[in-house]
Amino acid sequence: MSTPWLLEARNVTKRFGGLTAVKALTINVARGALYGLIGPNGAGKTTVFNLLTGQSDLSEGEIVFDGLRIDGRKPYQIAKLGMARTFQNIRLFADMTVLENVLAAQHLRSRQVLADAVLGTGRHHVEEREMLDGAMKLLKIFDLDRFAHEPATSLPYGSQRRLEIARALATEPKLLLLDEPAAGMNPQESLDLMRLVRWLRDEFRITILLVEHNMKVVMGICETIQVIDYGEAIALGPPREIQQNPKVIEAYLGGG
Amino acid sequence: MDTFLQQLINGLSLGAIYALVALGYTMVYGVLRLINFAHGDVYMLGAFAGYFIANALKLDANPSVLWAILVTMGAMAVCAVVGILIERLAYRPVRHHSRLTSLITAIGVSLLLEYGGQVVFGATPRFFPQMVRSEIYSLGGVQITNQSLLIIVVSVVMMFGLHFIVHRTKIGKAMRATSFNLSVATLMGINTDFVIAFTFALGSALAAAAGVLVALAIPRIDPLMGLMTGLKAFVAAVLGGIGNIPGAMLGGMLIGLMETGLGATAYSTYRDAVAFGVLILILLVRPAGILGTAGPEKV
Amino acid sequence: MSAARKLFVVIVTTAILLGLNWIFEYGVGDFQVNPYYARIINLIGINITLAVSLNLINGLAGQFSIGHAGFMAVGGYTATYVTVYFGRQLAALAGSTLAGAAGASLVMVLSLIAGALAAALAGLVVGIPSLRLKGDYLAIVTLGFGEIIRVVILNIPSVGGATGFTDAIPITNFFWIFAMAIMTIVIVRNIAVSTFGRALTAVRADEIAAEAMGVDTTRYKVLAFVISAGLAGVAGGLSGQLFANPLNPQNLNFVKSIEVIVMIVLGGIGSITGAVFGATTLTILPEALRTFDQQFPGLRMVLYALLLILLMIFRPQGLFGRRELGWSWLRLPGRRPAIDGGVR
Repeated sequence: MSTPWLLEARNVTKRFGGLTAVKALTINVARGALYGLIGPNGAGKTTVFNLLTGQSDLSEGEIVFDGLRIDGRKPYQIAKLGMARTFQNIRLFADMTVLENVLAAQHLRSRQVLADAVLGTGRHHVEEREMLDGAMKLLKIFDLDRFAHEPATSLPYGSQRRLEIARALATEPKLLLLDEPAAGMNPQESLDLMRLVRWLRDEFRITILLVEHNMKVVMGICETIQVIDYGEAIALGPPREIQQNPKVIEAYLGGG
Repeated sequence: MDTFLQQLINGLSLGAIYALVALGYTMVYGVLRLINFAHGDVYMLGAFAGYFIANALKLDANPSVLWAILVTMGAMAVCAVVGILIERLAYRPVRHHSRLTSLITAIGVSLLLEYGGQVVFGATPRFFPQMVRSEIYSLGGVQITNQSLLIIVVSVVMMFGLHFIVHRTKIGKAMRATSFNLSVATLMGINTDFVIAFTFALGSALAAAAGVLVALAIPRIDPLMGLMTGLKAFVAAVLGGIGNIPGAMLGGMLIGLMETGLGATAYSTYRDAVAFGVLILILLVRPAGILGTAGPEKV
Repeated sequence: MSAARKLFVVIVTTAILLGLNWIFEYGVGDFQVNPYYARIINLIGINITLAVSLNLINGLAGQFSIGHAGFMAVGGYTATYVTVYFGRQLAALAGSTLAGAAGASLVMVLSLIAGALAAALAGLVVGIPSLRLKGDYLAIVTLGFGEIIRVVILNIPSVGGATGFTDAIPITNFFWIFAMAIMTIVIVRNIAVSTFGRALTAVRADEIAAEAMGVDTTRYKVLAFVISAGLAGVAGGLSGQLFANPLNPQNLNFVKSIEVIVMIVLGGIGSITGAVFGATTLTILPEALRTFDQQFPGLRMVLYALLLILLMIFRPQGLFGRRELGWSWLRLPGRRPAIDGGVR
């Protein structure tokens, strides 16, 4: 633990041709934090996400995760280092069951080699058993175990979102990035989600960074909130402060 | 220098054929994101249609440019109908299935036309009647047949015609809209089914013209002649940028030139492999093609 | 299954195959296997290997490859080359000749290994560009590679060129064909129900999500190609060294690749049982239609083409879809299993 920050984005800039989507952004996420990234529509939140997870390349700046430079690395390498994510438009593995979706994510932490699987060695069978148990345990936490063998896309929308989170957790991350986890949820579901996310942070001892539109969720879960507008940071602090920050109010309500 | 010019003309002439066929591929891919594998076989059907029409008109006995044009137009009309039928009967039912399914269907239609052609026309090649009296022009030491010249001229005219249709007419605008986004085009009130049928008709007509033109220069036609030409024309479309009309023309010319160039060297037995080599290279280096634009996938 | 039990199964299977092989070659009592049917059964076995191997890349990994004939060609020619040019020396290592059981077996194994490795290498070469391409483009590139391979082989005189590799020594027999078919089924099945299979399926389902979950999509796609190609190479090696069945570049073309595709499409892309079914049906069918085909050349392919089109329109998932037929001793439970050992 060399730095207090689990994730640091230093001076991150992203340009798409003539458009600067993200401008000299700095993000510092402490270990065990519940960090929220908010901003009006088009502020660049998802772009930031994609930069952090390696889906997009930086135009300028660096990203450091747990002391390691990760900008320029591929998404699967970053996942291996312990960063997992969910997607704004749910991206479950459509032709797999609920259980298989979670099992697929466990592959990252598998220790067997292909020969083990082909020859059916003891190691293979033991690990399969462990994966199965681990996956069912996760599903149980999210109250999805009774749907284990249903096709993932047959679940109601809110359950699909929960499944995506369960799947991300199966990769045993240190940092979990949630992209609009409450999207499309009704107030009750959002409330349950808030509780779940906080519980996850405590139970799994992970750090959580989320992007969200739903103010109630953000103010309810997050302990630190960063507000961005037009790709630039305009405020940073605990929910109380943010709610009263004039620049934030202006960004959401005022102007163009 | 003379041989070089000679080969250049030959290459352009071959390239013009590929370009005409490539246009059909690129247009269909543009509106449907489908590789119409059967397109090369429509080219073959064009040649056969021309064959039957020309024989019915007994053109072998009195060759004439006017009749040749009529034969070409006849073949184009026949193949336009064939193209519409193929789309309606085979592709539309699977339009909303996966891309894989459409691709397999296209392969099926291609095989059906090829081997169906063998069953109906017989596998032995036939000889296309001479519709235009063969003449050789000498231009500063280079010998060009009137057929090669005709091929180049007719192709260029057709390409300009196509360009006009796509960019200056209402239907052309509808085609472009559909190629950007099919569902939105439908919502905007465009009869996309009609536009798609029209696209197929147009592309097939061009392929038919190519088939007749080729038969002028190389009078031997058989039901499997569309296979290699079709594949190479597809490569040409990809080379130029699939979905891009000027790209198809450019790609066609380039492939024609490359193939003719290679044919003149010691490696001529590898001629067929050239197109595929080019394809693989272009997809590695610049998948969007020379004139194409790449689009990033939205996460 | 414990190691001991596995060994037991292998020994019993080998014994059964050897027994059947004996019956094939020498008959039992007064009964002799009709050579025509024997040939068809042998071809079924080879096609099963081809279809199941293709299923790994097309079905499981979801990468549309239509150049499978190319891998078969590379593997087949390499294997046959080894036997033809080194067979005698290799057989001598076992103190035997190519006509003797020990010699022939050793040479068969070595030639198949050579063929598999060569084809696997070809799979690597094809797989690497494949990682950048999606759907249709990938298909065309694999087609292109298949054709390039064919043209190259056509130009190599030492393996027969356009007349085919008629110097091949016929060491393939029932035993090897079905031993390899079973091996292929076991390998592909074991991969499919393992974590690796799930990783492949995830890549097929959503590449971006799979990558976000830590799957090196490039590596897995290439791996699928390499294994699939290697197994096709084995099929090629068996095919080329079958009596009166020389490898010929004219036959190892795009049309051959399509024939294998129709097999797995008919059975259901993604189903191993489907692949076996498709391979069997589409080996028997053309033979049954052979007299028909002689009267009307090209009709066989016309029927194939119609079959393909109608399947795509009315039942694109094929007969089995992605399901497997349950044979509990083969450990293939009723629905497509994603977990080895099943869910009890």
